[in-house]
Amino acid sequence: MGNLIKKYEHVVVTDNFDLAGKASSSIKRVLKNLGIPPMLVRKVAIISYEAEINIIIHSHGGKMILEIYDDRIRIKAQDKGPGIENIDLALSEGFSTADQKARELGFGAGMGLPNIRKNSDNFNIESTSEGTKIEIDIIMD
Amino acid sequence: MKVLKIKELLNANVHSCQEQMEKDIFGAYASDLMSDVLASEYLDDNAVLVSGLNNLQLIRTAEMLDLAVIILVRGKQPKPEMVEMAVENGITLMTTDYNMYNSCGILYADGVKGFSNGKFD
Repeated sequence: MGNLIKKYEHVVVTDNFDLAGKASSSIKRVLKNLGIPPMLVRKVAIISYEAEINIIIHSHGGKMILEIYDDRIRIKAQDKGPGIENIDLALSEGFSTADQKARELGFGAGMGLPNIRKNSDNFNIESTSEGTKIEIDIIMD
Repeated sequence: MKVLKIKELLNANVHSCQEQMEKDIFGAYASDLMSDVLASEYLDDNAVLVSGLNNLQLIRTAEMLDLAVIILVRGKQPKPEMVEMAVENGITLMTTDYNMYNSCGILYADGVKGFSNGKFD
């Protein structure tokens, strides 16, 4: 694994839909300004936005962390619970526990985690009642 | 197809980024579900997003995918903060009175194709 070049951290507040996507927007801008190829920036943006929406919809709040290494971009999404009951189910397309409010906002179709995994080169998820941690790498050639 | 032609075909009002009228559009995607849009990794700044979702997440989703044009259907009027976010991100946001089905039909009949499984239909 390469050397860490830069690290950014964003707090994500639960149920705050007006700010939803702000962290991802900022992450995308940082990568774009660094001259990362647009295809990779877009992958990271999709991953980050879905993960951010998940924190807002499903958790008691958390944070998004962007780490830029010389060989990869790493996104960490960490929340303070209540955790995912069945990770295998949550990773299957179409499965959702989102409420009506999330659906009205255009989310909750059960595609979040599948989208995140699909766009990742490395994907790790751990979940307990204390919280969920997702760590994703996009490898740069 | 030029963005201007889309505006004319749909009799649309343009709320932001008027300057993109000469931009070429090659494809379209229509959904109210933003995760479905985000799962369409072949969308890019030459595609339009047709949607009835009238909130900030519509603009955010387009921003994440670098989409240049959004068509909001069924006569819905965007809130000022949506227009503001569209301007910030260089996105042309238009509104049409046509519903989703007819909007897509009109564009398709004139040659704007959709995507499925990563390819144009």
